[in-house]
Amino acid sequence: MRGRPRGILLTLFLLWLVVYPLLMVVLDSVRGPSGWSLAQVAEFGRTPEEWQALWGSLWISMVSVVFAGAIGIPLAFVFERMEFPGRRILGALVALPAVLPPLVGVMAFLFLYGESGFLSRIVKGAFSLEDAPWRLAGAPAILLVHAYSMYVYFYLFTRAGLAKVDSSMIEAAQSLGASRSSTLFRVTLPLLGPQIIAAALLTFMTSLGSFSAPYIFGGGFRVMTTQIVSTKLNGNDAMAMVETVALAVVALVGLALFRWTSSERSVAAVGKGAPPARKLEQPVARWLAAVVGWAVAVVVLLPHATLILISFVPMRTWTTQLMPPVYTLGNYGALIREPERLRPLINSLWMAVVATVAALAVALWAGRAIVRRRVRLARVIDILTNVPWAVPGTVLAIALATTFSVNAPWAGRWVLVGTFFILPLAYLIRNIPLTAGPVIAGFRQLDPGLDEAAASLGASRWATLRRVTMPLLRPALLACGALAFATAVGDFVTSIVLYTFETRPISVEILSALRQNDIGIAAAFGVVLMLVSAGAMAVGTSR
Amino acid sequence: MTFLQVVNLTKRFDEQFAVRDVTLGVTRGTVLALLGPSGSGKTTTLRLLAGFERPDTGQVLVDGVDVTAETPVSRRFGMVFQHYALFPHLNVGENVGFGLSGRSPEARRARVAEVLALVDLAGFEARAVSELSGGQQQRVAVARALAPEPRVLLLDEPLSNLDPSLRERTRRELRAALDKAGVTTVFVTHEQDEAFALADRVAVLRDGRLEQEGTARELYDMPATLFVATFVGRASILRGTLIAADRARLAEGVEWPVRPSSNVRQGGPVNVVVRPEAVRFAPAGLPGVVTECRYTGARAFFQVEVAGGTVELEAPIDGARVGDPVFLTVSSAHAFPVEP
Repeated sequence: MRGRPRGILLTLFLLWLVVYPLLMVVLDSVRGPSGWSLAQVAEFGRTPEEWQALWGSLWISMVSVVFAGAIGIPLAFVFERMEFPGRRILGALVALPAVLPPLVGVMAFLFLYGESGFLSRIVKGAFSLEDAPWRLAGAPAILLVHAYSMYVYFYLFTRAGLAKVDSSMIEAAQSLGASRSSTLFRVTLPLLGPQIIAAALLTFMTSLGSFSAPYIFGGGFRVMTTQIVSTKLNGNDAMAMVETVALAVVALVGLALFRWTSSERSVAAVGKGAPPARKLEQPVARWLAAVVGWAVAVVVLLPHATLILISFVPMRTWTTQLMPPVYTLGNYGALIREPERLRPLINSLWMAVVATVAALAVALWAGRAIVRRRVRLARVIDILTNVPWAVPGTVLAIALATTFSVNAPWAGRWVLVGTFFILPLAYLIRNIPLTAGPVIAGFRQLDPGLDEAAASLGASRWATLRRVTMPLLRPALLACGALAFATAVGDFVTSIVLYTFETRPISVEILSALRQNDIGIAAAFGVVLMLVSAGAMAVGTSR
Repeated sequence: MTFLQVVNLTKRFDEQFAVRDVTLGVTRGTVLALLGPSGSGKTTTLRLLAGFERPDTGQVLVDGVDVTAETPVSRRFGMVFQHYALFPHLNVGENVGFGLSGRSPEARRARVAEVLALVDLAGFEARAVSELSGGQQQRVAVARALAPEPRVLLLDEPLSNLDPSLRERTRRELRAALDKAGVTTVFVTHEQDEAFALADRVAVLRDGRLEQEGTARELYDMPATLFVATFVGRASILRGTLIAADRARLAEGVEWPVRPSSNVRQGGPVNVVVRPEAVRFAPAGLPGVVTECRYTGARAFFQVEVAGGTVELEAPIDGARVGDPVFLTVSSAHAFPVEP
């Protein structure tokens, strides 16, 4: 079979990229200064703080799923099934937390709900308090940010599912005498099962790997991701390896549990299509739905608005006033004029572009191998492209830091840490699941006859890819490319472990601006990131 | 002279023979049909010709040169796909011009206009593929395959995607376009009508083997096997004994004349294949009972139960009624002995 060597090359490449670094971490976790040793593992088991962190990660993730679901699912029903003024535009606005990179979202929450944020100042002013009425810290703060940024998964997945639920099933239930609520619980929700489980899994994995919120708000509250980074920064590399393995194991167990519960429920609902949105006839109900919709939109947009407002505030001009007294464009000017500020902007952009293009190339390679050439290793390649998704960003970062700090070309290891290559490589690995999934699915929908037609007309493999395959996959390539780019450009979790001063990205610069209390500059960076992400998404979803 | 040659072509998929030892030749500028039921290996043969599949053994030669090892890209064969495989992101002109990338823009435009005129679609360059009817899409696919002046044109079930009402017209147009282009052509079909109307010669395939190759007339009048006899045209089969080179004895001692054949041993068992138009009602002959009568206009198809089988015949409507006892005779030109 001619396809065989090609499949092997791609498989080896993916193994090196996504599995090998993880293997190195596992090995290092059981290796002491003098050979194999379980000393670190034993120490991990003895230390209560480690167990606290692990438990913290776990329960925060589970509660995040509950909160995000409790917000996202009802919202999806409101916007998919009810017709009221402003439904369309509000339905789109509600998905906006998705364009906020995690660190930027956390920063916006800090400015809005933090000790010296707007809400705190209003309450303080209203009740003439001496001190801030609350502190935004610990588990509640983390959960607040998670619920805000992750309900979008439930919202989008449930809406997509609702749009596919066949209206004749609902009519069938009603003709059998089921009331509206019993139709909801006995027909609609069970049909949505796969979507809701998928959203829950995504939320769980994202919370487990969440770093920005616990890092900024955690304080004394321990979760595994921040624990790993602080152990690593304290120079205890061996313990960091054990912690990394522990977090990876929890992630894989979680993934396996979700797969196991969802394996038996794949329901195909094809038929007449979804019922039309119900027009609310009663004026009261109409207004109520509209008010709820608008209220949600305002809450969702407040962080974005806060960020934009603060980005116009020069340093040290806003002290005790309720609203900032001075607004200028100075912060944005500084981003462009000062080479030290411009540098992270350029870094983030080029690294994200390189990582996205590379991830798209890997996805096309995998799609061709799996769908067109039907190589024997297709199943393995498919799984390998999904592995990075199951691995929290901190785990990946530590794995890369370990693997590529040694020069052993014969073992596929080079010293990349501290060079220009390590961050684009990390972004690439995180992007592969985002691009491979849609591109492989796109390949499956292409008529294989088109490739043969091109070949019979004398087009080479590359010419066919350029002139036929890529134009036809354009919507998928644009959409997943935009998502990958937005993810890479806003990355914080891997960057904080792997950056150097020369390659520092925007997120790291935001953090240092925050530390210097230069909130205007931090917000301006945040707005730029937000606009770049939103712009990429707009391009990605345009037809 | 033979332009395209296939020598001992064999292809297996998972130990299953798809094409088995097929040898064929096509004269320059003529049209060959590969005719057979589904699973007969005709599409695999076409894909082996195109280079999309590699034969396990055997060769494909063009003008005496072995091209078996060449890729589809370098083979310069044009192909028309069953579902046309038109590029949905390109318009008609861009589709037709796809294979002309080496030429200057003017030469390209001119060639596109030329082949579109050939298939009667002059001026359709700017149309979107999705705006076209099925028949028009089929002609665009033909024009696209012809544009780079292929050495051989291959068509996979070219008419199977069209409405029956459109097929006859499209068939005529396709034949006219092939004649004008003068290209050596091989096409695949499972419909005998299509093979006979479009092709100069027809190769009948069954289970991956070549059963017979010849003109439509040769296949109809002198089928080499029972399969060809029944697959090409309607036929009834009667068992009997070959008592002389040109006589067979059927059930109840009735003797029928048959066309002389060297394929069957004299004195041995034989299958006599008769065409419906060769059988007549007669005052004496093979006795039987009419079991069915289907009107087709001025004439009707009758089914007659005889000892050892059923005979189909075409006769004037008033020839007999269902239930009538009848006698049948045959003209030797359309009764042929085939080995059982």
